[in-house]
Amino acid sequence: MAILQIKNLHVSVETDQGTKEILKGVDLTIRSGEIHAVMGPNGSGKSTLAYSIAGHPKYQVTQGEILLDGENVLEMSVDERARAGLFLAMQYPVEIPGVSVSNFLRTAKTAITGEAPALRTWIKEVRESMDNLKMDATFSERNVNEGFSGGEKKRHEILQMELLKPRFAVLDETDSGLDVDALKIVAEGVNRAHAANDLGVLLITHYTRILKYIKPDFVHVFVDGKVAEEGGAELADRLEAEGYDRYVKA
Amino acid sequence: MTDTSTNVQHGLTEHSHGAGVPLQIRSDRPRSKSVSNFPAIDQRQDLWRYLDASALKGLDADVLAEYSNEVQFEETTGVTFTWIASSDSRVGSIGLPEDRVAAAAYTNASKTLLVEIAKEAVLAEPLRINVVGSSSVASALHLIIVAKPFSQATIVLEHSGLGVLGENIEIDIQDEAKLNFVSVQNWESGSSHVAAHYSKLGRNSYLKHSVATFGGDLIRITPVSTFTGPGSEVEMNGVYFADAGQHIENRPFVDHAAPNCKSRVTYKGALQGNKAHTVWIGDVLIRVVAEGTDTYELNRNLLLTDGARADSVPNLEIETGEIKGAGHASASGRFDDEQLFYLQARGITVDEARRLVVLGFLVEILQRTGVEDVIERMTSVLEERLGRS
Repeated sequence: MAILQIKNLHVSVETDQGTKEILKGVDLTIRSGEIHAVMGPNGSGKSTLAYSIAGHPKYQVTQGEILLDGENVLEMSVDERARAGLFLAMQYPVEIPGVSVSNFLRTAKTAITGEAPALRTWIKEVRESMDNLKMDATFSERNVNEGFSGGEKKRHEILQMELLKPRFAVLDETDSGLDVDALKIVAEGVNRAHAANDLGVLLITHYTRILKYIKPDFVHVFVDGKVAEEGGAELADRLEAEGYDRYVKA
Repeated sequence: MTDTSTNVQHGLTEHSHGAGVPLQIRSDRPRSKSVSNFPAIDQRQDLWRYLDASALKGLDADVLAEYSNEVQFEETTGVTFTWIASSDSRVGSIGLPEDRVAAAAYTNASKTLLVEIAKEAVLAEPLRINVVGSSSVASALHLIIVAKPFSQATIVLEHSGLGVLGENIEIDIQDEAKLNFVSVQNWESGSSHVAAHYSKLGRNSYLKHSVATFGGDLIRITPVSTFTGPGSEVEMNGVYFADAGQHIENRPFVDHAAPNCKSRVTYKGALQGNKAHTVWIGDVLIRVVAEGTDTYELNRNLLLTDGARADSVPNLEIETGEIKGAGHASASGRFDDEQLFYLQARGITVDEARRLVVLGFLVEILQRTGVEDVIERMTSVLEERLGRS
């Protein structure tokens, strides 16, 4: 059983208008096997939370802490966090020309586990995961995210999550821009990784749509850089019916 | 990578030209065999504006020594190697010097190595010519490669050791011949190498021309490909890596002087360290007769550290509107922080991420040579160089 704790997290970014505080004291605790949905209107700081956990240099933590099994995550570099078991499925994955998917996956797996995977079992594992996500075999020869459609990029993120087997995964609007078929495929991938690895999931989303396919244990409503309300899956149903107006107007 | 311009006159993003956009008259450059017909080199001259003449280490002098034992090759069936006197009428028949250093090398090479690939010969293995220098005495070398009709061959010309060399290479690709020519420059530090390659393509012929430059203080290569018969194709590739203090200059020129020919020029380089400097001037001329021309040239540079400088200038001169396509792209960019973040977020260390991206960027060009041992050895050279920073 692992535990990811976010305590009183304050995060700022530099803008043209000066320093701007985006997260204003976030508290969240996620245990292995739990699925947490973080929902909120645009600009509420959901993606900032995701990037801050992963350690993107643009986001400055000014107060608070992030602990993984008691270890101080904020002192770790981006790659150390990944090796400690944190994973961020990105909303806008970047293209890496000249680096093939197969080379990238093998390099990442080697970095995470500390040794190169046995070739034959690794190739089989990659192929199975790609089949599950309905990705064509030629995919592995393409360059990372280069010329991928929106749906292909998201499936590629989930593919990495399944293969790298993190302890906690943050999914940053993985559902956005997907049609229903692609959404189901991606959701199945998340559910598989959750079941297989007792994965703790922080599912960041604007819409309730994906929650039909991934059942959250907890729902947190994010407004203006803070958690405004918390509850179980029933809270998502209420958001579906009422929207965010109630929080924004308050 | 994020594309930002570094002295890019024109062509920061990929685009095509319509007809009739003259930029520079490349074809009007004077040609001569004699060094005395060219003025002393001066940085105010457009041809030499990017480099310090002292880096030439005497290659622009009236008198040079000459390479002969430094050139090693193995006799193979289907190929003849002959040292001929440079007074022979075949010397200079493919191309003549267009600058003072090339002329100095021409004037001072009393003999020329003639490499002839027999008519219809198909060579299974690459032909190797190794030029191994062992002194810093400014020297001259002249080669002629003749690919006779219907022949097919790969030639790997590799330069190593310590050398100060002015080199002229004439390449005659006769009708229906196919040649894959690779020139590797992996000199020791302290070396200077200025080379002019003149390729002439006959009817329905094919040339893949690659330069791979990694070692040497100053390397300047001017490869010219001229179409003289219809239906031919040239692919000119270049890959280079400049460390602190190195100057690597490539000036490819494609002269479309025949109809229905295709050219693709792709050069990629990476730079690291203070005063690492690369220059790429890519010229394409589409003459009036060259209807049906299809051409595209591209240069991309990856700046890995502060203090490095990449100059990149594509020029396209079009004299007929009846073409299939003409385009170019040039971009020099920094190593992208978002790429780094993405790779690091998958557990990959900064050093490994950098290695992965740079190798991915450059090795693709090496792979185009199709010569396995060159790809392997030059990839390890790149890995070693990346480890240095």
